[in-house]
Amino acid sequence: MGQNIIDVRNLSKSFNISSKEPGLKGTIKHFFRRETKSLKVIKDISFEIKEGEIVGFLGANGAGKTTILKMLCGLIYPSEGSILVSGYLPFRRKENFLKNITLIMGQKQQLIWDLPPIESFYLNASIYDLDKFEAKKRIKKLSEMLEIDEELFIPVRKLSLGQRMKSELLAALIHEPNILFLDEPTLGLDINAQRNLRKFLQKYNKENNATICLTSHYMKDITSLCKRVICVQEGAISYDGKLDLLLKKLSPVKEILIVCRSEDDAIKLENYGFTVKNKIKNEITIKIENNSITSSLKTILNNFDIEDLFINEPPIDEIIGKVLIKKDYDI
Amino acid sequence: MNLSKYIKVYKKFLHTSLASELEYKTNILVDLITAILSLIGSIFLLSIFFQNNGYIGGWKYEQALIIQGIYTILNGITNTWFNPNLTEIVKHIREGTLDFVLLKPIDSQFFISLKKINPSGFLEIMLGFFLLFYCIIINQINLNLSLLTLSLITISCSICILYSLWFFISTTTIWFVKTWNAIEVLRSFLYIGRFPLNSFSFSLRVFFSIFIPIAFITTIPSEVFLGLSQLWKIFLEVIVATVFLITSRKFWLFALKFYSSASS
Repeated sequence: MGQNIIDVRNLSKSFNISSKEPGLKGTIKHFFRRETKSLKVIKDISFEIKEGEIVGFLGANGAGKTTILKMLCGLIYPSEGSILVSGYLPFRRKENFLKNITLIMGQKQQLIWDLPPIESFYLNASIYDLDKFEAKKRIKKLSEMLEIDEELFIPVRKLSLGQRMKSELLAALIHEPNILFLDEPTLGLDINAQRNLRKFLQKYNKENNATICLTSHYMKDITSLCKRVICVQEGAISYDGKLDLLLKKLSPVKEILIVCRSEDDAIKLENYGFTVKNKIKNEITIKIENNSITSSLKTILNNFDIEDLFINEPPIDEIIGKVLIKKDYDI
Repeated sequence: MNLSKYIKVYKKFLHTSLASELEYKTNILVDLITAILSLIGSIFLLSIFFQNNGYIGGWKYEQALIIQGIYTILNGITNTWFNPNLTEIVKHIREGTLDFVLLKPIDSQFFISLKKINPSGFLEIMLGFFLLFYCIIINQINLNLSLLTLSLITISCSICILYSLWFFISTTTIWFVKTWNAIEVLRSFLYIGRFPLNSFSFSLRVFFSIFIPIAFITTIPSEVFLGLSQLWKIFLEVIVATVFLITSRKFWLFALKFYSSASS
């Protein structure tokens, strides 16, 4: 892993937001006297991202993930604090900075609706100052990586969501950027399309040593792509570190289902001192802390006649879901 | 600014927007018919105004046709470039797709002002030139180099003023989000540009010279054709156009600081 490519210090962002009471009276009042208040959506956050890293931003809807991404790529001016991306102040949007980054939003598209994607690719190539030969070479390489071929020549409006998303990716990557900002790139895609997209991003990251900042509500995207996650809760960072450490922290115990040879063994095990979740005949489910799994299992296997044993990992969505709960969750 | 890159990109804009528009042949045909009917209707309306009195605001019917010709050219330019692009700004801001424009290594004003063209507007421009050519013959205007240069300068200035006004209103979308109505009001004011400025009352003349400079847009170029224009008026138009262009540019760059992008 290389040096820091993104450096964020004490970043805050406030928006003026107007609110409206329901009903006709509220509408009239809102029309004549709009009450606006300043809302701090990002609160004094700091973090660094190293070159080649893939970082997932986790948080509930409205937590501020997209606002952070948009500040990182220079679309939104920060209210306070500083951001350096690849040595540039993003909001100045210098040409060399823009040639080095890309933003992909799962819910918005830049392809020309009535034309085949290939036309948008060549348009983008001319914007990024690529000659026809170089553009052709890159389109060929990326389309092979994304496994799209005939779709390049079909009008965008006739493509499926998955094919469109692949084309969006190609359009956004034709200039081979080193920093990718992905805002829910797999939104609405089927399982296979999601998997292909993840495979492509892994490959792109590896081949180009690209830095990827990703937000997604699909946990599979996060778990298969990101070693590091930044959890955002109501505009503040509540966790910044390795994903597996977060999972251990959020789920410190594992459930173990033990099938004993006899019900007597199950009763003995019930009274041995483990935390018992439930017991049905000769089957007993106990909870063991992650750090004492090995020693506890040794004890059980040495002292009881065990027929079978299952270690149940709690579903990852459920664990991460705890992070997404808006109320303060102490990580 | 890398000029050759911008020319290359503009060629791509032309190619892609022509290709997009040509996907819908019927729409183009309807637009072409509308342009022809609209011109016939305007000339008919003008002839009705001049039916009882040979002069309006000191202008003969044949002279007033020059204004109609210039108006038709400007309206064609509006329909070819301004309408498809500048109305799209509102959409870009409402839907947050301006994000893609701002993140391209190209001038954002260039991109959003010139990305699309509506080819049916070309017919209107051509019709305007035909009408102007006809007016030159019936008004027995002696075409010479200085007249051509001055008319080119004044028409270019009119295009700049028109563009700046429209762009200025569209830019306010960054704060007000919906500005369709303001653009419609501007368009309806432009219809006034089909008539000589002298045909309006003094107060309206002042209004259309200072607040919404319709007077500069059609009347001054027409006066140039008829040899009626004074040099100070041409200078004034050049100054107004320059001020409008610079202001609209500065206003766009200022407004972008307040762009908050649409929520995802």
